[in-house]
Amino acid sequence: MLLDFFYHLRSQKLPVSVKEYLTLLEALSKPLMAPTLDDFYHLSRLVLVKDESLFDRYDRAFALYFGRLHTELADKPIPADWLLKTLEKLLSPEQKEALEKHGWDKLMDMFRERLEEQKERHAGGSKWIGTGGSSPFGHGGYHPEGVRVGGDSAGNRTAVKVWDQRHYQDYDDQVELGSRNFKMALRRLRRFARQGADLELDLPDTIRSTAANAGYLDLKLVPERHNTVKVLMLLDVGGSMDDHVARIESLFTAARSEFRHLEVFYFHNCPYETLWRSNIRRHAERFETWEVLRKFNADWRVIIVGDATMSPYEILQSGGSVEHNNRETGAEWLHRIVHTWPKFVWLNPEPQASWVYRQSSAIISKIVQDRMYPVTMAGLESAMRSLSN
Amino acid sequence: MENTTPHSAPSFTGTERYIATNDLKLAVNAALVLQRPLLIKGEPGTGKTMLAQEVASALSRKLLQWHVKSSTKAQQGLYEYDAVSRLRDSQLGDPKVTDINHYIVPGVLWQAFESDEPVVVLIDEIDKADIEFPNDLLRELDQMAFHVYETRQTITAKHRPMIIITSNNEKELPDAFLRRCFFHFIRFPSRETLKSIVDVHFPTVSTDVLRAALDTFFALREAPGLKKKPSTSEFLDWLRLLLAQDISAAEIDAHSATAVPILAGALLKNEQDSQLLERLASVMRSSARRN
Repeated sequence: MLLDFFYHLRSQKLPVSVKEYLTLLEALSKPLMAPTLDDFYHLSRLVLVKDESLFDRYDRAFALYFGRLHTELADKPIPADWLLKTLEKLLSPEQKEALEKHGWDKLMDMFRERLEEQKERHAGGSKWIGTGGSSPFGHGGYHPEGVRVGGDSAGNRTAVKVWDQRHYQDYDDQVELGSRNFKMALRRLRRFARQGADLELDLPDTIRSTAANAGYLDLKLVPERHNTVKVLMLLDVGGSMDDHVARIESLFTAARSEFRHLEVFYFHNCPYETLWRSNIRRHAERFETWEVLRKFNADWRVIIVGDATMSPYEILQSGGSVEHNNRETGAEWLHRIVHTWPKFVWLNPEPQASWVYRQSSAIISKIVQDRMYPVTMAGLESAMRSLSN
Repeated sequence: MENTTPHSAPSFTGTERYIATNDLKLAVNAALVLQRPLLIKGEPGTGKTMLAQEVASALSRKLLQWHVKSSTKAQQGLYEYDAVSRLRDSQLGDPKVTDINHYIVPGVLWQAFESDEPVVVLIDEIDKADIEFPNDLLRELDQMAFHVYETRQTITAKHRPMIIITSNNEKELPDAFLRRCFFHFIRFPSRETLKSIVDVHFPTVSTDVLRAALDTFFALREAPGLKKKPSTSEFLDWLRLLLAQDISAAEIDAHSATAVPILAGALLKNEQDSQLLERLASVMRSSARRN
């Protein structure tokens, strides 16, 4: 039975492995938990799911799977003779006699008492799995809400199940989490080199030179390692990017603290002939894009941050820019950028699912050879991984 | 306290000082019985490190702590070979030099393996270290043994220690490592759980003050745009301050009506958050004036 559960979880895209499944079976063979569905939920989550970003997916998968086992009874009154027939299956011979002797109402009282009994004991044994819906109250402690006996509620336990409460919805790994997590992701981009004053003890070299020195201690020091990667960032400002200001700011502060050699230029919508360094002096001080293309050689890693949201004319037509009359098309400039700097990525703060539906993002995505990544933890990590290769 | 269930294995049910929810108790017991490492994650301030201390005291076992830093290497948990001391001693002609064992410093895992009684090992904040750190510990976690190259020995665990690992979720942990652990996420406590936690630490607090404090705290957690939501440990510190200064429930309520709680410095550790709250308070005041 649990084999079905295992395959169900895998079909819901939960990465459970065979080893974890076998561990779960081992755990069930030990006297660890009370035989309730809640405890099983917690135990299987403990053994099978290893990240809280997957918890919500697990909750949904669990609800889907065990929902199929429970029979959901609607709030309709249950026909008496059906109820009677079902009851007869459950009743012991003495109780059957009692039924004939006492009649319906008395029997209902007895039944109610039995339900109360079950509430106390709570560990009903194996009745909760596998009875396949033939007994509406065989599930005893878990779904009494479906049973309305004679009009008033018997054992009204309206507990919503733990997995139905969906506590972990926010922990999805597509959620961005702020500057520190960005720094962790950006840290993947490392090019270590030793520079600066000699400060660290180089043990292998010390041992070698001491040995060569007939045993007199000869300390050798080396400079400390620093991350010397050179990063050039081109940021889209204004217009539709205003919506993403908070997130881009976090990304920017993280980048500034992580990368020692960081150069930043701004553009609007699409890079054209001029870029600027300071948004306040945007119109007064401009830098030629050709200068930038020549100054920073192929060693530099380039990160372009923009939502690629504009009218397609701004990319494909000369004179199409909203701000000025550009002689050459935006697409040409983008091609130049792509060719000058083979190590570059485009980060798009818009959600990834919407890129195909916007014409401009689709066009730009093609021009940058699909090296467009979302500004989420996962996206940032893949972008940094591709940049460090 | 040991549990008195029919089976004789020891189990964990929380201690007088630490309130554990049912799923946490199940997690600890499962890790104990099946002898797997237990990985704990949760919001900062929810008692992850404390859990290891309480588990050790509940099971009456010694606790060995390994607080991981960003420069920590997996080898340091096993042992360190002090080569420089050996060089120095050889120069000075110290007879200790001939036996290399004098220069091998056992790490936390070595001590745990060699211990005559079972212990609890805490590996704190494993995500702070380098990304390869958890992978370097795989064999040791699985087979509870490692090889010492310098003395050609293999150290095997006499009793499998219970390993509790905490992580702050700053980095992704490798899959191979995660497969070998059980994982529990400590959720932020509900109001009832928080009340029982307060009962443990402050048994003499009056119900009014507690109610006002809980109301303020949960309202603050709901405030939109906070960079760092206040956690359980901050709440307990704040409550201690309130009790020390003998502040009444009425004062607490009066202050929270203005959106800035009394003694907010104990709850909000971020300048941006306090500014945000002050802005909210001024907005509320101006809208109240207008109405």
